[in-house]
Amino acid sequence: MRVARLYDSTVGKKAVMAATGVLLFGFVITHLLGNLQFYLGPEALNAYGRNLRHLGALLWAARLGLLAAVLLHISAAVQLWRLNKQARPSHYEKLTAAGSSYASRTMMWSGPILALFIGYHLYHLTLGAHLLHDADGFPLVYQNVVAGFSDPLASGLYIVAMSFLGMHLMHGIWSMFQSIGWNHPKYTPLIKRIAVLTAALIVAGNISIPVAVLLFHQ
Amino acid sequence: MKIILNIWRQKNPSSPGKLVRYVLPSVSEHMSFLEMLDVLNEDLMQKGDDPVTFEHDCREGICGSCGIMIDGVAHGPLPGTTVCQLHMRHFKDGDELVLEPWRAKAFPVLKDLMVDRSAFDRIIQAGGYISVNTGSAPDANAIPVPKPDAERAMDAAACIGCGACVAACPNASASLFTAAKVSHLGLLPQGQPERPQRVISMVNSMNAELFGSCTNIGECEAVCPKRIPIETIALMHRDYLKACWSFRPESTASQGAG
Ligand code: HEM
Ligand code: FES
Repeated sequence: MRVARLYDSTVGKKAVMAATGVLLFGFVITHLLGNLQFYLGPEALNAYGRNLRHLGALLWAARLGLLAAVLLHISAAVQLWRLNKQARPSHYEKLTAAGSSYASRTMMWSGPILALFIGYHLYHLTLGAHLLHDADGFPLVYQNVVAGFSDPLASGLYIVAMSFLGMHLMHGIWSMFQSIGWNHPKYTPLIKRIAVLTAALIVAGNISIPVAVLLFHQ
Repeated sequence: MKIILNIWRQKNPSSPGKLVRYVLPSVSEHMSFLEMLDVLNEDLMQKGDDPVTFEHDCREGICGSCGIMIDGVAHGPLPGTTVCQLHMRHFKDGDELVLEPWRAKAFPVLKDLMVDRSAFDRIIQAGGYISVNTGSAPDANAIPVPKPDAERAMDAAACIGCGACVAACPNASASLFTAAKVSHLGLLPQGQPERPQRVISMVNSMNAELFGSCTNIGECEAVCPKRIPIETIALMHRDYLKACWSFRPESTASQGAG
């Protein structure tokens, strides 16, 4: 009851966006660390993939948790976005940004683009019928990554999508703190800098893989 | 100097309205922005035209009534300044500017550049007060207030309710205004008894008035004539979450004692 009442307010919805944002951010970091094992070679990456599958119920718990987080994050975002549209029914003839970043103003572009990308990515490297598996039915992650990124079009899509992820996180990482009420003149400027740096590292790390495939695996 | 103004003219809340172009050939750089509009209005009235309606009162930056969007920026290009304190020396000869009213569902345009900001009054009524005994004033130092708290409360209390935060926000959110009013009481000892109920009532009132939500982008603090920081909004979020979390039903124990 009380949770429902909290969610009724804009402040409560933002808290949900922040809480689910932390989970998604944690996933993105973990996923990056997994991806970077590409550079350890086929055995290491494929063993990592197998070990993940061996987690069994735990893996499914994580998947369902992430799915719930994505759905909550999106529904809060869409509900707030609709409220915000209603709050400004007539538009300015001229509106000049005086203090906001481009990334912060375009969260409702970068977010939905990410949702589309997540769908494509799941098909392209997790679920699609074109993916290779070993005799025991475990995915041959390394071979699939190389085959997938050998197509410059697919690689290009990933590079573009990762740039949007970087923009979303540049604002999102510090925004989480603000939404749950943590802002301090001493720490917030630092958090903002760490947010930009972290977003840049995530983008660079993820983009390096399709780039490496295109350059060295043809 | 010559200034060209494209001013939003709207007869009443229900009529559509449009920009009308006015050329002011000899504006003095010593004039305030509102004095320039006074000159334009004199001129319009002499010609038998309808003068431009804009709100103003103190003309010294403390009442909060003089909000105008000047070329897409609330209160114009000079940071930390109301329109009445903005002087024409900050513009160039030949500048062409667009003047519009604040735009928000909760701030209906009454006429031309003037909007109805009474939604703010209703947010204040919902919780922007403290309960004290009336009578002779208590000693100023009877209740100790830590200096940092006093300063933060004073910074928040500097809010003049002009509505620039709502106007500049792409979501027409009243978060900075509401947060300022919540915090300037919530940071002081006298504000503690009502602190949880205050933040809940005022945030709910802000939502009921159909202001948008905060996306933490910071346009509001950039245009606030009193430079109130969005740290204040974080404090409101924290108070709200805490108040919802620690809410408890009224006690039924020991009723009717005595
Ligand atoms: C990999 C997927 C995603 C991650 C890692 C992510 C992460 C985040 C984070 C950390 C925040 C900050 C929360 C806050 O403001 O308190 C955020 C905000 C937001 N996200 Fe996402 N998000 C993802 C997907 C999406 C999707 C699919 C949408 C589309 C509907 C979306 C829309 C938004 C919006 C509108 C905000 C609010 C922005 C703001 O507060 O200014 N996000 N996201
Ligand atoms: S007229 Fe009072 S603040 Fe400008």
